[in-house]
Amino acid sequence: MRKCEFRDLGRMDYASALELQRRLAEQRKRGEIPDQFLVVEHPHVITMGRNGRAEHLLAPPELLRRAGIEFHHSDRGGDVTYHGPGQVVGYPILDLREWKRDVVAYVRAIEQVIIDALAVWSVRGERDPKATGVWVDGKKICAIGVHISRWVTTHGFALNVDTDLRYFQYIVPCGLHKPVTSLRELGCAASRAEVVAELVRQFARVFDVEMIEQVIACKEIV
Amino acid sequence: MTDVVMPQMGESIVEGTLTKWLKKPGERVERDEPLFEISTDKVDTEIPAPAAGILAEVLVEEGKTVAINTVVARIDESGAGAAVAAAPAPKAEPAPAPAPSPAAAPAEPPAPTPVAETEVSGVSGPLSPLVRRMAREYNIDLRQVKGTGAGGRITKADVEAYMAAQGAQTVARAQAAPPPPAAPPVSEPAPSMPPPPARPEAPKTRIEPMSIMRQKIAEHMAFSKRTAAHVTTVHKVDMTKIAKLRERQKAEFQARYGFGLTYLPFVVRAAAEALRAFPIVNASIEGTNILYHGEINIGIAVALDNGLIVPVIRQADEKNVVGLQRAIVDLAARARSKQLKPDEVHGGTFSITNFGSFGSLFATPVINQPQVAILGVGAVVKEPVVVDDAIAIRSMCYIALTFDHRLIDGALADQFCQKVKSVLESWNESVL
Repeated sequence: MRKCEFRDLGRMDYASALELQRRLAEQRKRGEIPDQFLVVEHPHVITMGRNGRAEHLLAPPELLRRAGIEFHHSDRGGDVTYHGPGQVVGYPILDLREWKRDVVAYVRAIEQVIIDALAVWSVRGERDPKATGVWVDGKKICAIGVHISRWVTTHGFALNVDTDLRYFQYIVPCGLHKPVTSLRELGCAASRAEVVAELVRQFARVFDVEMIEQVIACKEIV
Repeated sequence: MTDVVMPQMGESIVEGTLTKWLKKPGERVERDEPLFEISTDKVDTEIPAPAAGILAEVLVEEGKTVAINTVVARIDESGAGAAVAAAPAPKAEPAPAPAPSPAAAPAEPPAPTPVAETEVSGVSGPLSPLVRRMAREYNIDLRQVKGTGAGGRITKADVEAYMAAQGAQTVARAQAAPPPPAAPPVSEPAPSMPPPPARPEAPKTRIEPMSIMRQKIAEHMAFSKRTAAHVTTVHKVDMTKIAKLRERQKAEFQARYGFGLTYLPFVVRAAAEALRAFPIVNASIEGTNILYHGEINIGIAVALDNGLIVPVIRQADEKNVVGLQRAIVDLAARARSKQLKPDEVHGGTFSITNFGSFGSLFATPVINQPQVAILGVGAVVKEPVVVDDAIAIRSMCYIALTFDHRLIDGALADQFCQKVKSVLESWNESVL
């Protein structure tokens, strides 16, 4: 069975996590490490994907700074999105050549991980054929944005567990004029740790990998 | 000229949007260097150049969506880039193999040397692993043991008989030089205990011989300290979830199974998970070899009156919490009534000591040889803890792992502890 190393980075700023992802992706491309699954919680940050449109950012970067929100351009797919406390951000670094050489199948599989994890708390996550991500009653609970280089993935998903949804008012999430939601708003009291544990379990199942938890502090890696 | 086409990024994908050119026409590009980016369904993909040369033509502009296999650019490999560099185009690294074998495949653990057939000089016949282990654990010189098995082979019963005979003599022998190998101990007359020396000037000191068990513990502990490079690492674990689960289930558990539910089976369960994840903690050192044990057999230290014994839960990783609690209760009860069978105290591959039940917060336990680590569990105590910048009351405990630094390094020991911690903290099985 393929192995996948799992690391919970805890709270880490966006730039550091991006740097860590890039390093691991380079190592993965060289075949020096197995697949990786990172989870992290970012301080308030708004990121703009490659396909992002400036008008989907509803506040100028200067105003965001004053509100304590960082702003970053990102090389992931997708439009603009928000990350912050109470959100589980997952960054799988996989070599898709060892799974399926299919980027759409990959995104669908990530959605499946989220949908199956939500089902544990009886939350029915759904796909929208026109919009990648996971939705509950027409509200977005999980955003997805991926970057692939030589079949190695970076970036990933952001699942709202106990996110302060007011922060989404600064943006048009993913360029879609649709509301967002969180597990907490849906009445589910699951903790971050429980959600992470479930995501890890579902990830292992969907991608058919053996998860190996790594607890080396991220600072040692960076 | 090499055509660069819109690649197919998956079975169901028929087109792609070219989002960004990473090279300009006329620029030099190496083979496998990222040339452009495409976007499909929230996935941005860097597409590497299929050949080295000069980007001669760009046929699809940024933002356009085209069908797969559409030619999007052409690369001139003819070396027209002479203007760019006089040196010949460096042959780019060979294209990566389509599916490199994952680096994940772990090296095979070295095959343990077969211990069963190892000869010990001066001993006739092969020795069974059990006999060898007993000899090692109790520091027995096997040349002194008379073999009664086939061909004079030493059996477990022979070792036990020898130990029983030795037990009666140890006190007298402690000072004496080892007897010549020729003299079998059974033939020696059992010396009587030395009488307490008359010390009228210090009547407050009383001399009493150690029990056999005490002598064995003393030897075993000192042997371990002499042998292993002991290091202890301590981690703090939030047991609130398990405390609540235990509170909820306690009465029903007692009614259904006839025994209480303690924290210990949860810790054993978590340790078994961690041992599975880090097999080197479930190993032994034999000379310069590492013996990886195929079974996870966890010894549980049981306090006796003036003594200690470590009965073993075999294949602990295959038991659930109910099964583990049952095994713990059963082994502890029979240990106290001295009804353990010999093989129930042998074959452990890892040990757990629950000093928390006596109120200790944390301690530095001694490794149970020939194992390489022991986990100590401190008392679970309610404490104020900062959670999300607020003060909360949580049930906390320390876990202390003593490990043999000859074999295990600190980083791994701490990863092991973190695994135990994460299993305990994120316990979410509603069933036991």
